[in-house]
Amino acid sequence: MKKTLLNITVNDETFELYIKPKKLLVEVLRDELGLTGTKRGCNTGACGACTVLLNGVTVKSCSVLAVQAEGAEVTTVEHLADGAKLSALQLSFLDQGAYQCGFCTSGMLMSATALLNEEPKPTREDIKEGIHGNICRCTGYNSIIRAIEAVAEGKYREKR
Amino acid sequence: MIRDFNYLRASTVKEALDLLEQHKDDYKIICGGQSLLILMRQGLVAPEYLIDIKNIKGLNTINFDRKNGLRIGATTTHRAVEKSPLIKKHYSVLLDMEENLASIQTRNWGTVGGNLAHGDPAGDPGPVFIALNAAVKMANKERERTLPLEEFFIDYFETALEEGELLLEVQMPIPPPKTATVYEKFNIIKNELGIVSVAASITLDENGLSCKDARVVLGAAAPTPKRAKKAEQMLVGQTLDEKLLDKVSEKASQEADPIADIHATEAYRRSMVKALAGKMVKKAWEQAKTSA
Repeated sequence: MKKTLLNITVNDETFELYIKPKKLLVEVLRDELGLTGTKRGCNTGACGACTVLLNGVTVKSCSVLAVQAEGAEVTTVEHLADGAKLSALQLSFLDQGAYQCGFCTSGMLMSATALLNEEPKPTREDIKEGIHGNICRCTGYNSIIRAIEAVAEGKYREKR
Repeated sequence: MIRDFNYLRASTVKEALDLLEQHKDDYKIICGGQSLLILMRQGLVAPEYLIDIKNIKGLNTINFDRKNGLRIGATTTHRAVEKSPLIKKHYSVLLDMEENLASIQTRNWGTVGGNLAHGDPAGDPGPVFIALNAAVKMANKERERTLPLEEFFIDYFETALEEGELLLEVQMPIPPPKTATVYEKFNIIKNELGIVSVAASITLDENGLSCKDARVVLGAAAPTPKRAKKAEQMLVGQTLDEKLLDKVSEKASQEADPIADIHATEAYRRSMVKALAGKMVKKAWEQAKTSA
């Protein structure tokens, strides 16, 4: 099968890749670009571990063909920190202990980032809705919700 | 593992129709792919050509006017429907539906047209759109045609779309005065596919007393979204009381043709159709009384 040219911007860097059309976005991010922060979880669109931003909105990168991201801007969890300086959400996740195994974390962070971009002052319900598509099997939801709330309340304002 | 395919991208409707014609019998259309990619990964669908319509200009639109009602372009995402002020104002049942449809990530990429063309009887838009008296516009290289949505669904995962034909838009008329449409699905985990669902639309007379028109549409309760027409008929011309409501729900449950699967037995689905049909008819009726 013919490979296709993919022009894609990932975390502000542009790439020209030749890929098989059947490659999923998560495969290109992890296997071609080495951005393994995005996790491959259920591979069926159920768990949300592979959540990235595609032109500013969240998608499950296991359920999007990479060729459909032609000309698009993708943001992965690697882009949240500025060098060694963590983003407000990342700091808050640390402070609240919003991790156990950590497998859902990058997806959670991306959904939370999209939520706060869209709604900087979410209610607790908004937050629950916002991370609805992300499953945490360690059931650390309360700490994750607290972490997002803390950022929304401005506790990390100076660090954003 | 997804099998290899040739990928073709269309940027206009004409281009898409040419490609469909050229690759008849050997293609699948992809837009958001939120249902299709799952089937492809399972090897249930392995097209030679995948024709991408996601970037076609002019199909990703929501229009409303007082004469023609609502028109949603086939490639409009669920999220766009959910966020549309027009839809919130004039067709709030669609907002309720979208907020309970899959995850935000899926709604951001998955499309209304893709959902309908997938033909899953457990899909949410089918029953709700039928309750709203929707029609779908389709085209092939030769012509366009419009079909009532209830005739679009033929069997499990089978629609009226012919080879070479593309779904263009869903059209919904302005609801008549004193009309309300509601929808609910029953599931164990919020936002998953419904184990069963019911949409009801009730139009009352100008005094808000008796029923002029009714639609009761069942989801995940038959090979396609299905109108419970006998139940609907029992409502027309009547005023609502608990006795009638009970009869109507019982009839709707009889009209269902559900399967048994890992989620529920056939009898359980029928019971839930009965419960939901009663609840939805009552709710739509109450709302219709106070609607303009």
